[in-house]
Amino acid sequence: MMSAPVLLEMRSITKTFPGVTALSDVNLEVRQGEIHAICGENGAGKSTLMKVLSGVHPHGTYTGDIVYQGEQVRFSDIRASEQAGIVIIHQELALVPGMSITENIFLGNEPRGRFGIDWKAAQRRALELMEQVGLHEDPDTLVKDIGVGKQQLVEIAKAFAKDVKLLILDEPTAALNEADSRHLLDLLRGIRRRGVTSIIISHKLNEIEAVADTITILRDGRTIESLDVHADGVNEDRIVRGMVGRELHSRFPEHTPDIGEVFFEVRDWTVRHPISADRLVCKGSSFTVRRGEIVGFAGLMGAGRTELAMSLFGRSYGVYLSGRIFKDGEEVQLRTVSDAIRHGLAYVSEDRKAIGLNLLDDIKTSMVAAKLSKVSSHGVVDPVREYRAAEEYRQSLRVKSPSVDEGVTKLSGGNQQKVVLAKWMFTDPDLLILDEPTRGIDVGAKYEIYGIIQRLADQGKGVIVISSELPELIGLCDRIYTVFEGTVTGEVSRADADPELLMKQMTSTKKTPIR
Amino acid sequence: MSRIKDLQKNLFGGTTSNARQFGMIFTLVAIVLLFQIWTDGLTLTSGNLIAVVSQYSYILILAIGMLMVIVAGHIDLSVGSVAAFTGIVVAKAMQEFSLPWPVGILLGLAVGALIGAWQGFWVAYVGVPAFIVTLAGMLLFRGGNQYIGNADTVPVSEGFRTIGAGFLPEIGPDTGYNNLTLLLGLAACAGVIWRELKSRQTRREMNADVAPMWISVLRMAVMVGVIVFATLRFAGGRVGTSLPISGIILIALVLAYSHYTRNTIGGRHIYAVGGNSRAAELSGVKLKRVNFLVMMNMSVLAALAGMIFVARSSASGPQDGLSWELDAIAAVFIGGAAVSGGLGTISGSIVGGLVMALLNNGLQLEGVGSDMVQIIKGLVLLLAVAFDVYNKSQGRFSIIGSLMRPFRRDDPPPPTATPTSDAGKAPVAG
Ligand SMILES: Nc1ncnc2c1ncn2[C@@H]1O[C@H](COP(=O)(O)OP(=O)(O)OP(=O)(O)O)[C@@H](O)[C@H]1O
Ligand SMILES: [Mg+2]
Repeated sequence: MMSAPVLLEMRSITKTFPGVTALSDVNLEVRQGEIHAICGENGAGKSTLMKVLSGVHPHGTYTGDIVYQGEQVRFSDIRASEQAGIVIIHQELALVPGMSITENIFLGNEPRGRFGIDWKAAQRRALELMEQVGLHEDPDTLVKDIGVGKQQLVEIAKAFAKDVKLLILDEPTAALNEADSRHLLDLLRGIRRRGVTSIIISHKLNEIEAVADTITILRDGRTIESLDVHADGVNEDRIVRGMVGRELHSRFPEHTPDIGEVFFEVRDWTVRHPISADRLVCKGSSFTVRRGEIVGFAGLMGAGRTELAMSLFGRSYGVYLSGRIFKDGEEVQLRTVSDAIRHGLAYVSEDRKAIGLNLLDDIKTSMVAAKLSKVSSHGVVDPVREYRAAEEYRQSLRVKSPSVDEGVTKLSGGNQQKVVLAKWMFTDPDLLILDEPTRGIDVGAKYEIYGIIQRLADQGKGVIVISSELPELIGLCDRIYTVFEGTVTGEVSRADADPELLMKQMTSTKKTPIR
Repeated sequence: MSRIKDLQKNLFGGTTSNARQFGMIFTLVAIVLLFQIWTDGLTLTSGNLIAVVSQYSYILILAIGMLMVIVAGHIDLSVGSVAAFTGIVVAKAMQEFSLPWPVGILLGLAVGALIGAWQGFWVAYVGVPAFIVTLAGMLLFRGGNQYIGNADTVPVSEGFRTIGAGFLPEIGPDTGYNNLTLLLGLAACAGVIWRELKSRQTRREMNADVAPMWISVLRMAVMVGVIVFATLRFAGGRVGTSLPISGIILIALVLAYSHYTRNTIGGRHIYAVGGNSRAAELSGVKLKRVNFLVMMNMSVLAALAGMIFVARSSASGPQDGLSWELDAIAAVFIGGAAVSGGLGTISGSIVGGLVMALLNNGLQLEGVGSDMVQIIKGLVLLLAVAFDVYNKSQGRFSIIGSLMRPFRRDDPPPPTATPTSDAGKAPVAG
C-alpha cells in the first residue's frame, strides 16, 4: 500500500469562522487507490476539511495548499472539484425525493441527445451504474419510495456517473442498519479494487477498522497522527486514544439501575399510514415502562419504531385507529403534542435537521423552545432566565461552542444532537423517548450521553431508547423490546440480551412468550 | 483591538440585537438625509413630516401585520382590498343607520376580524396556500367594495375623521409648541434611557460583555437627539397641527407588536413556525392556531389602516387601497425579513415602511408622475429582495445589516458560501 503514489496532499490547511478556528495547520496525505478514514470527535473539523477539499469552502477562504494529482488546485466551487473527479457525498443526502432513480443519477449531468435529454441512453447507463453499486431496483422508482440504504447507493451511482476519482463519504453509514452498512462497506472495497480512492468519515470505529487502509486522526482542528492500519496493528482502542487523547476503558458508564413500579403502559396501539389507508404501521403494540428504567426498542430500519414513538407523542404520525395509553395507572388521551408534553412525554427525533431544530435559531432559543413557559412569566419570556437555563445545559452537556448565542447551524453534527437533547431534558419529562440518540456522535460524547440517560433514569424517569445499534441497546438498556413490521415481537431482559436472540426476534412475526 | 474599532463595533451593530437595532435607526437617518438633499430641504419641514405621517401611516400599520405574516412563511395580497372593503362598509353603515363614529370603528374592526377569520380558515385549517387565498381575497373584497358602494364614494362624518385627520389638542400654557406632543417626546426620551439602562442590566446578568458606559451614553445621546428633533418638528408646525392621531395609533401599535414578537411566547411561536413548521409542531406549537391568528391579525390591521385612510380622505371610494400590498410587502423585505420566513423584526419593517413612505412622499414632492412612481417602487422592491437573497447566499443577514457593513471594520475575512444543506432551512409548509 505504502508504495502507491500520493493522490492528494493537503498542506497546513487553516480555516477560521468568525470566532472559531475550525482547522489549524492540518495536513492530510491520501494515496492512490486506498480507503482513507478520517476520525475525530464531534467538532474536530472533519467535515470542514472535506468541505475545503471539495470547494464548498472555496479557495481564498482558507489558507494552505491542496496538491491533487501532482498539481496545486484552487477550487472555486463544487463543480470545479467535480470536474477534477472529486465527489463528496454529504451526510444529508442531496437527492430529489420526487424524482426517479435515473433522474437523480443524472441530475445536472444529463446525457444529451439530439432533442434534449436522451432518456434511453440515460436509462441504459443508469442500469449499468446501479449494477455496479449493487442496487437492484426499477430505475423509474421514485427515490422517496426506497429506503435510506438504497438512497445512499443512488448517491454513489450518481458519483460514478460523474467519473469519480476520489470519493468522499461523510458519515455514510450513520443512518443505515447493519446489513445496509455491510453492503456499503463491501461496495467501498469493490471501488478500491477498481482503483478509485475514497475518503470516509465515520464514528463507527469497528467499520473503520474493518475497511480503512490508513486513518488520519483530527483533534480540535489539528492533525494528531496518521495510522497505517495494516502495519501498525490498529484497533478501536488505539483509534479512540488518538481521538480523545487518553485511554477510554469502557464504552458504557458503570450503572446500577434502581427500578420502580410500572408507570407508563401502552395497550394494543394501532395506527395506520397517513396516506395509504390499508397499511398499518403499528399493529396492536403493547409495552410498559417502569420508573428508573431504560427500555430499548430494537428493530430493523423501517420496522416502525419511529412511527410508534411519534404516534404516541401527540399523534404526530399517521392516523390513530385504536389503543390506550396509561400513565401512573390512569388512562390519558394524548391528542396533540402539547397534551403529550403536559403529561410529561418528550420525544427526541432521529432527524434533528428536518424536524428536531429550527436551523435559524441560536442555541439558547432552541434549548428552551419546547417549554417556554418555564422561563416566562405571564407569557413574556425572561431573557436572563432563558440565558441561564441554556448556559447550564451547555455546560452540563458540554456543547462545544463559544456561547449560547451562537446559531445552531454553526455547530458540528454531534453538538447539534446535544442541543436537541437539552431541548427535551429542559421540559423535565417523566418519559423521555430517544430516537437514535447517538447517531453521528463520537465515542467520547456517546459515553457522556449514556451517562446523561442513566442519570435521568436514576431520577426516577423512564427512558425509551430506539437504536439500530444492538451493542448500544445491550450495553445501555435494562430491558429490550423487539419490533418487527409494526408489532412488538418480544421482550428480552438485560441478563438474556445477546445479539443473536435479538436479531432472531427482530426478523420474525411470531410473538415470543414474554420472558 | 483598538479603541476606534471598539467604538465602531459597539455603536454600529456588534453581535447584540441591541446594536443591530441601533444600526437600523442610523440607516434610517442616512436615508432621510438623502431625501432631504434631493428635495432641497422640503422633506424635514414640519408641514411635510406631519403630512407624511398622516398620509402614509397605513403603510406602517400594514407592515406590522405583514411582517408577522411573512415571518410565519405566508404572504397577504388582499390587504388593500380588505382595507377598501372595510372602509366602504363602515362609511355606508354610518350613513344609512347614522351610527356614532366610535361604533363605526368597532364595526370596522369586527369586519376585519371576520374577513381575517375567513382567510385564516382557508390557510390554516384547509391548507390552501396563503398566496392563493389572499389572491382570491383581493378580488373578492375589491368586488365587494364596488358592490356595496356602487363604485361610488361615500363620505364619513366629522367625528370619524379624527382618527385620520385629527391632531392632539392644544392645551396648557402657550409655549409656541404643541404641549402634548412635547410631553410625548419627553416620555420617549425617558423610555430610550430606561431601555438602554435595562439592557445593560440584562447583559450584566447574562455575563455578556457590557459596552463601556460612555458608549451607552453616546448611543442614548444620539437617540435622544433624534427624538428631540422630531418632537420639535411635530410640535412646532402650523398652530392646530401636531403629531397626528394616526401617528399616535401607529406608535402604540409598534410598541405593542414589537413587544409581542420579541418577548412573548406567542411571538416566539410565529418565528418557530416560519423557521421549521414541523419542528415547531413537534415542540408543542399549535401550528394551525398560529397560522390562523397571524392571517386574522393582518386583516384586522388592514381594516384599521383602511378606516384611517377613509377618515383622512373624508370619504370611502372604489380606488382606496390600490397596490397597498406592494408598499407593505416591500417595507417588510426592505426591513430585512426573509422571503422564506422565520426571520425579520418589527423595527426593521418600520424602517422599511418609512423608506417606502419617504419614497412616495419624495417622489410626490418632486412632482414625479404616477407612471414613474410605479416603476421606481417596483424596482426598489425587486432590488431589495434580490439584495437580500444575494446576501443570504453569502451567509449574511439582511439589507439593513449589510448597509452597516462599511462601518464594521472588524468583520471576518471575505464571507464564504455555505452549502445549502447547512445554511438552508427546511421548506415551510403552507
Ligand atoms: N459555517 C460555520 N460557521 C461557523 N462555525 C462553523 C461552521 N461550520 C463548522 N463550524 C465549526 O467548526 C468546527 C468543526 O466543525 P465540523 O463540522 O468540521 O466538525 P466535524 O468534525 O465534522 O464534527 P461531527 O463529527 O460532529 O460532524 C466546529 O467547532 C463548528 O462549530
Ligand atoms: Mg461532520
